[in-house]
Amino acid sequence: MIEFEHITKRYGDTAVVRDVSMAVAPHTVTVVVGTSGSGKTTLIRMVNRLVEPTSGIIRIDGEDNRSVPEFELRRRIGYAIQGHGLFPHRTVAENIATVPTLLGWDRSRIRAKVEELLTLFQLDPDFFGARYPHELSGGQQQRVGVARALAAEPNLLLMDEPFGALDPIIRAKAQEDLIAIQKHFGTTIILVTHDMEEAFRLANKIAVMDKGEVVQYATPEEMLVRPATPFVEELIGASERPFRLLAIERAGAAVEPGAAEGPPIAEDLSQREALSELLWSGREALPVAASDGSIVGRLSLDSLIRRAARPR
Amino acid sequence: MPSPFRFLRLATILRLTALMLLLVFLLLPGWFEPLLKPLVQENAPAIYNRGSLFWLTVLHLRTVFVATLAATFVAVSLAILVTREAGAEFLPLSRSLVNIGQTFPPVAVLALAVPIYGFGENPTLIALFLYGLLPIFENALTGLTSLPPAVMEAARGTGMTERQRLLRIELPLALPVILTGIRLSVVISLSTATIGSTVAAKTLGEVIIAGLQSNNLAFVLQGGFIVAVLAVLIHDALQALERSLAGRAHV
Repeated sequence: MIEFEHITKRYGDTAVVRDVSMAVAPHTVTVVVGTSGSGKTTLIRMVNRLVEPTSGIIRIDGEDNRSVPEFELRRRIGYAIQGHGLFPHRTVAENIATVPTLLGWDRSRIRAKVEELLTLFQLDPDFFGARYPHELSGGQQQRVGVARALAAEPNLLLMDEPFGALDPIIRAKAQEDLIAIQKHFGTTIILVTHDMEEAFRLANKIAVMDKGEVVQYATPEEMLVRPATPFVEELIGASERPFRLLAIERAGAAVEPGAAEGPPIAEDLSQREALSELLWSGREALPVAASDGSIVGRLSLDSLIRRAARPR
Repeated sequence: MPSPFRFLRLATILRLTALMLLLVFLLLPGWFEPLLKPLVQENAPAIYNRGSLFWLTVLHLRTVFVATLAATFVAVSLAILVTREAGAEFLPLSRSLVNIGQTFPPVAVLALAVPIYGFGENPTLIALFLYGLLPIFENALTGLTSLPPAVMEAARGTGMTERQRLLRIELPLALPVILTGIRLSVVISLSTATIGSTVAAKTLGEVIIAGLQSNNLAFVLQGGFIVAVLAVLIHDALQALERSLAGRAHV
């Protein structure tokens, strides 16, 4: 549980973050969105005290984050940034081992952890462990950056536009990986982005920031249905609303009994992807398959249209 | 079957030849007497005969080494100090001090130092030390202030203390640039050290000065030749070291 209590950060006369109070539930993904200069990066950097608030308290699991020295706090919190920030003079394995080394883990434990993480991120430890960051592609560097942030098994992971520098295809893959990893470790994630698509894809809850204030902090559904301000509405994009609504839910949640023609889609795709497939293949309904390949039912265009309508 | 020498590029062969030539000249200068004989008047010695060329070279190198070591220590410490948050206000002051060291001619330093420290090696060490500070300081400053911001942010974010960041991230990344400064300083010192012999420091300048005094062109040439070859070889060796460090870190 991370609690922000009346957090304000001023530089001179300008308040970059203004009286923010919110609570982030454990084991969830919270995405902070906003235009550039809205204070979103400053807000999360106050969690690991890269920035000190002018006033207010941030509690992590009930404990004021100023109750331990900065460096100790930061070793407990994962931190991944845009442009990865890997140490160019250290190998991939050494980079990932950074925090465990600082914490004084013994070598065999560090080695096992590095191998586990590289494997989890689909990087062969024998091949990549001894490489230097510049020998990797952008997507691989980004994965190593996240692996380094997770190496000491933090309960909390802060991510500042971690996928900002990636091309769309690799970014989608990285987001999928992040969801899988969040499920695997149960890590609480606070992620900053300006990409609404990314926010709706990843978030359990979204905090929208505008001029230093959190103007709405809500689940994606709630935000779509009841945007708190015209700014939130604009950020979501009025013409995108039905599709964003479908993007939140999995295809499996809209399955009805029965059969349908043609190739099936996987139940863990989003309803938006299912709609897209229906429209593109010109079908009224399609079969839905579980991860083991068995057909669990059908998904119809009608039901998706109903689900895309504004909830009452 | 590939030749075992296939890795040796022409430049490397030239450097090795120069090194061999230098060593032979220093240890067995007599071999070169016929070569230098035409340069001197009859009955004058063609090879320096008032001391061992080899020992003069060793002492010359020692003087340069000690002066550069001290300059490196002071300049790098100063650069570290003024790039810390607490020391930032000393940056302009350190810059001026180091600049004065560079603009003050070494000959003038010698002239001022002799009355205080007497004849011998010390005035030369002081002159070389002051003269060598600037390139090392400026390069260390550049190296420490031009580190990639994302890397520094990550270093803080992973929970390194200020000391750990300096020793594990900043200095290793700045090392190639610092080495460039040291290289410049060494090359300047190697040639500047010769003037130390005007105040009785044991350097290769002794050979050149003896040549000038006795109108012996062969002396002047051999003193100059040894210093020049040393400068080229040390320059190249340090440059190779920088490249291998920079290449590994890709900075």
